[in-house]
Amino acid sequence: MPASVHSQEPQEADQSMIDAEPEVDPIMLEEKRVVVLPGSSETSASFQFENEGHTMGNALRYAIMKNPAVEFCGYTIPIPLTPRCTFAFRQLVSLTKWNGWRSCSLPRTPRYTTTALEALEKGFSDLMDLCDVVTEKFTDARDQFNEENSNRMQS
Amino acid sequence: MAPLVASQEELQRRRIIDINAETVTNIPSTDFPGHWPGESHGWALDQFKENFKVDYHRNDPHEASFSLIGLDAAVANAFRRILMAEIPTLAIEYVFVHNNTSVIQDEVLAQRLGLIPLKGSVDGINWMRWYRKPAEDEEASEDDGPSDFNTVVMHLVVECTKNANAHPDEEDPRKLYNHAHVYAKDISFAPVGRQDQYFVGDGAIQPVNPDILIAKMRPGQKIDMELHCIKGIGADHAKFSPVATASYRLMPDINILRPIIGDDAKKFAKCFPKGVIALEPVTSAEASSKGSGYEGHAGEQKAVVRDAFNDTVSRECLRHEEFQGKVKLGRIRDHFIFNVESTGQFESDTLFLESVKVLKLKCARWKRGLNDLMA
Repeated sequence: MPASVHSQEPQEADQSMIDAEPEVDPIMLEEKRVVVLPGSSETSASFQFENEGHTMGNALRYAIMKNPAVEFCGYTIPIPLTPRCTFAFRQLVSLTKWNGWRSCSLPRTPRYTTTALEALEKGFSDLMDLCDVVTEKFTDARDQFNEENSNRMQS
Repeated sequence: MAPLVASQEELQRRRIIDINAETVTNIPSTDFPGHWPGESHGWALDQFKENFKVDYHRNDPHEASFSLIGLDAAVANAFRRILMAEIPTLAIEYVFVHNNTSVIQDEVLAQRLGLIPLKGSVDGINWMRWYRKPAEDEEASEDDGPSDFNTVVMHLVVECTKNANAHPDEEDPRKLYNHAHVYAKDISFAPVGRQDQYFVGDGAIQPVNPDILIAKMRPGQKIDMELHCIKGIGADHAKFSPVATASYRLMPDINILRPIIGDDAKKFAKCFPKGVIALEPVTSAEASSKGSGYEGHAGEQKAVVRDAFNDTVSRECLRHEEFQGKVKLGRIRDHFIFNVESTGQFESDTLFLESVKVLKLKCARWKRGLNDLMA
């Protein structure tokens, strides 16, 4: 429990804090690690992310599935009701580039064009690009709306 | 061989989620590589940039409504979830009870206080950092415990007394006594350290709504409390959620397949909320074209879709015999009508931008974490 701070005792500004870098990360406190689950190979792997849920899971699944080099990608939260901080979420990325859609009668040996880790990384990059576009377009639309509205109010 | 491109009609069909009388069909999105033979649905940023569109409907400080068009449900849902649970806000977390002789118990009072939405200088709130609870078993580090950059101190000191000036026949306790009702406005902000640079004047930390009733008292009762506000996220406690509601719905789609004319048209319009279906006279050109279904009906009223936006998709029109096969209801898969209602700490449009930022930040963080695996 923190000690009670009474306003009657004026606190001196903490000089050493003034030059401190503002914390870059406003969301999470502790260092996070991706765990590769046993049984994974270069082209087919399962990753475990601590403290993540459907927010990140489903969005990332979408981004990875958009990658043509990925054959299968899914995620699960194995134990949904465990306390927030211990639940793990698993991203399964297995990769085979199957070039045989138009010639389905001739199954070919799968050709791997990327590794699971690369696909995961590309998923994050794509999602970040998407966020930039959304921010940009949203800001434009809002500014335009505000401008039109203020014009309407004046006239 | 160049990838096949689906026809416009086919793309439009895929965009619609069918709402039938008793079922909903064509639900999952199919725009993934490998789903449609020969078609390329891989991620293309320039294509997304071209197709993605934002329409603003309303922008008030406490409520915003806008459409995001061209997004997948997975991403739209991520934004909605982040809005509710992962944007940091300031709320009362620790309450030190120096004196409480009111009838409401300490812990109940503390719980009520926590739920009061606060506002203050946005710059100041963004400047503030996480509060870290000092570890009990270890030596306290310098960053732990309350400081000006992680804790806002407020006081609630109220004493109920008799009002000597009250009329002898007065029965209203609010006039009979001073401070019979304790309101959110009775909470006073006590800046510490550098907080008086950030939270000045209108930017002072204060409740968004001054008239929230906290407790009721009678003469002789007293509340004296010190309140510590820290930053937190909605996933930890709902009081930290920056939104009252953050929701989306899909744009309704009404497709009149065959003409609905005359009295039927009037009945059809009544199946929908006002303004969704309009009645228009059948033009002579329509009446003279063969096979349109309007032959010989010139001048009669026909039903047209004016504004599907306000439809509730009640399916009422599907219950009536006379409209069988004449109308198709649906929702547009990638048209999300968001409604964001802020609790007052941040403006609702900034909240959405914040949610996009949080998603990007999460991605960046995890991506950095991957570097360890690569090495």
